[in-house]
Amino acid sequence: MVTLENYKGQVPAWCPGCGNFPILKTFKEVMVELGIEPHQFTVVSGIGQAAKLPHYTKCNTFNGLHGRTLPVATGIRLANHEMPVIIVTGDGDCYGEGGNHLMAAMRRNINVKLFVHDNQIYGLTKGQPSPTTGEGMVTKNMPFGVIAEQFNPMTLAVALDCSFAARGFAADTDHLKALMKEAINHKGFALIDILQPCVTYNKVNTYEWYRQRAYHLEPDYDPEDRKAAFSKALEWGDRIPIGVIYRNHRPTFEERIPMIAGTPLVHQAFDVTKIQATLKEFY
Amino acid sequence: MDYTIKIGGEAGQGIQTIGDTLARVFSRTGFHVFSHQDYESRIRGGHNFYQIRLSDRPLSASKDSIDIIVALDRDSITHHERELKEHGRIIYDSSALKLKYDKPSFLDIPFADLAVQSGGDRIMANTAATGAVLGMLGMELTHFLDIIGETFRKKGDEVILENKNVALAGYEYAVRNCTRCSFSVIAGAAAKPKMLISGIEAIGLGAVASGCKFYSAYPMTPSTGIMNYLAAKEKEYGIVVEQAEDEIAAINMTLGASFAGVRSMTGTSGGGFALMVEGLSLAAMTETPVVIAVGQRPGPATGFPTRTEQGELQFLISAGHGEFPRIIFAPGTPKQAFSLTNKAFDLAEKYQIPVFILFDTYLADSQWTLDGLDASRVIYMDYRLRGDAFKQVADYKRHALTESGISLLGVPGDAKHLVVTDSDEHDEEGHIVEDAAMRVKMVQKRLHKKLPLIKREIASPFVYGDHKPDVIITGWGSTYGVLKEVVDELSKTRSIAMLHYSELFPFPHTEQFDYLRFLQNAEQTICVENNATGQFSRLMRAETGYEFTTSIHKFDGRPFTVETLVGEINGHLGKL
Repeated sequence: MVTLENYKGQVPAWCPGCGNFPILKTFKEVMVELGIEPHQFTVVSGIGQAAKLPHYTKCNTFNGLHGRTLPVATGIRLANHEMPVIIVTGDGDCYGEGGNHLMAAMRRNINVKLFVHDNQIYGLTKGQPSPTTGEGMVTKNMPFGVIAEQFNPMTLAVALDCSFAARGFAADTDHLKALMKEAINHKGFALIDILQPCVTYNKVNTYEWYRQRAYHLEPDYDPEDRKAAFSKALEWGDRIPIGVIYRNHRPTFEERIPMIAGTPLVHQAFDVTKIQATLKEFY
Repeated sequence: MDYTIKIGGEAGQGIQTIGDTLARVFSRTGFHVFSHQDYESRIRGGHNFYQIRLSDRPLSASKDSIDIIVALDRDSITHHERELKEHGRIIYDSSALKLKYDKPSFLDIPFADLAVQSGGDRIMANTAATGAVLGMLGMELTHFLDIIGETFRKKGDEVILENKNVALAGYEYAVRNCTRCSFSVIAGAAAKPKMLISGIEAIGLGAVASGCKFYSAYPMTPSTGIMNYLAAKEKEYGIVVEQAEDEIAAINMTLGASFAGVRSMTGTSGGGFALMVEGLSLAAMTETPVVIAVGQRPGPATGFPTRTEQGELQFLISAGHGEFPRIIFAPGTPKQAFSLTNKAFDLAEKYQIPVFILFDTYLADSQWTLDGLDASRVIYMDYRLRGDAFKQVADYKRHALTESGISLLGVPGDAKHLVVTDSDEHDEEGHIVEDAAMRVKMVQKRLHKKLPLIKREIASPFVYGDHKPDVIITGWGSTYGVLKEVVDELSKTRSIAMLHYSELFPFPHTEQFDYLRFLQNAEQTICVENNATGQFSRLMRAETGYEFTTSIHKFDGRPFTVETLVGEINGHLGKL
């Protein structure tokens, strides 16, 4: 039986009080409660504080480059579609550097789970604005405040018919745990944007700030109504909805590729003698 | 016997179909064929040509002087009439060109009318033109009729029959009316059909033969042909080909698939490779095997999208942040493209490093005839640790420090062992570290320990011609063929040899063949490169201290041809 002990990794190098701690704890509990062993799945991460998460637990790991988690995860899934793949990334990594890959992944509906630790700031490089930083926030490198409009991952997801788009809050761990489980069990691409306080560089979007605004979606909210989902996705400000904003049941990318309809590519044998027949095609 | 046929016209007029068909008819008849293409970066219009040479002797390059020009547009005449040999002929359809030429070298053949009169459609005019060329050469029509049957199989018997009738009409018209045609192909009765293959197909075929299971790329001339070839083989061989959203994604997907346990490859051109560079460095740090095909075209920036150059050698040698080993192969022929692609897959996995296939537009598009490719020489060794073998390992660390620097490449999920890797400097398990001592050990593992082993895998350069030559012409990659023919031509009057490098980096050692002494013993050494700065000369100087006595550079976006290169070399030698 898999226990939390199996998921013990390096001691995290995050700041005390960082919103990443409750996310890591929830992540480990989810894996234990789902009965998944560390060798049975792969975590892909990029660069940023969130991306260090796989080192602080136990799992197959590809900790790659800044912004490039999605293509690596896509390659893993195409080579082995029986291997669950979870991406741990941040708002800078995923929404900034990796924007084009995010659009492509939603369009493909590759069956990976994308957990974005969204602290609305760059932590690793010490406090520059990210795509989700609020307009007007003053940072060291933007003394007159952020000019660009704040990026909203939920509206993008609904617009691109992303098969699962949810928002969680790092400090609301029971709710987050349920979301993570639902995302992992969902058949298709699943994005969870996790509101994550940065105690060092983001003095605006604090635990308190999120607590005052985050509310659970109403029980009668239907995430499969795309138009309603778009309205819900636009909500940001005094009230911020958390929960599954949008969901559909599009076939996954992997399901639509005939070559991997059965055995994963990685377990398909290669017959080197077959080339003899192919050579004849050049005569 | 040595004839050259040039088919010229606008993009979209079907010159490729005529060219491909003629080349295939010749190779099936048993002739040696060499073809190359010249086209603009546009879908319709402009002026393009397809040039085919056929002979009863082996060929490896194109010639400047033409025997038959098939002119589908007026530009084919204005641009190429001067290339016509004394007894050469230009065939054209005056109704299509809306112009009549009275010179004796011109033969007006009403391709479209012949198509209609023989029961076909005007769109079959090119079939009539192809038939006419075969008639002029005095060849049999059998192979062409077979090819028509194969090409139009899906379109039904009626279309096949109509095309065959049109082919015959064109053929007979040429036989009847080309009274001054003095071509006579020696239809080598015993000649066996030859293999006809282009450089780009040979790279694709080499990948298939090596067990490549995953290919991700973004379309870019001249590399797109690899993606097309592998896509056509997806079903048969169980290969997944994915067009990525950009080249950055392409290389990262390729690395993901390789990490997951399958042989993976990506391909691009210089501009696309510029985007892949950070991914190259990632492959090195994570020790993930990858084969990268880079097709050179003239730069900088977009340059000449459809033309050729050897301008990316130094780029590939130094690409990627950080210090790490890599291998660069630059095949000179389709045969080398096949075998070096195979060797690339083998070494990428054996040493867990990036390996390049550096080619160019000229090699990609050129078709060569071969007696065959030897499938029994294909290397296939699975170096990955899988299934039960992985389960039986007691203690597994993805980046374990070993004598050779090579650590076991486990397939994640096949055993309880975790496979962990990181773009950050890491420990043996693959976890992020900041420790100076571990950093030193990891650099030694990835670089210092592997490099001497990798160097031993690199084959010596190839010599052709005189073994104690006065003059040596040196080249690398796609100039192989033209240098060989130049040596054939010049060896009639001079002591000359060619020295050709197809395994470029790490630079070959001199233990098996002391090419430095070979060069030093010659009076004149000329380095021939399809670029402006002599990138290979610089590499030679940097690696060995040797300096060629002369160099010839061509950077107009066009390949070298035999006559012009002979002239240029003679010019250099004459000056002495």
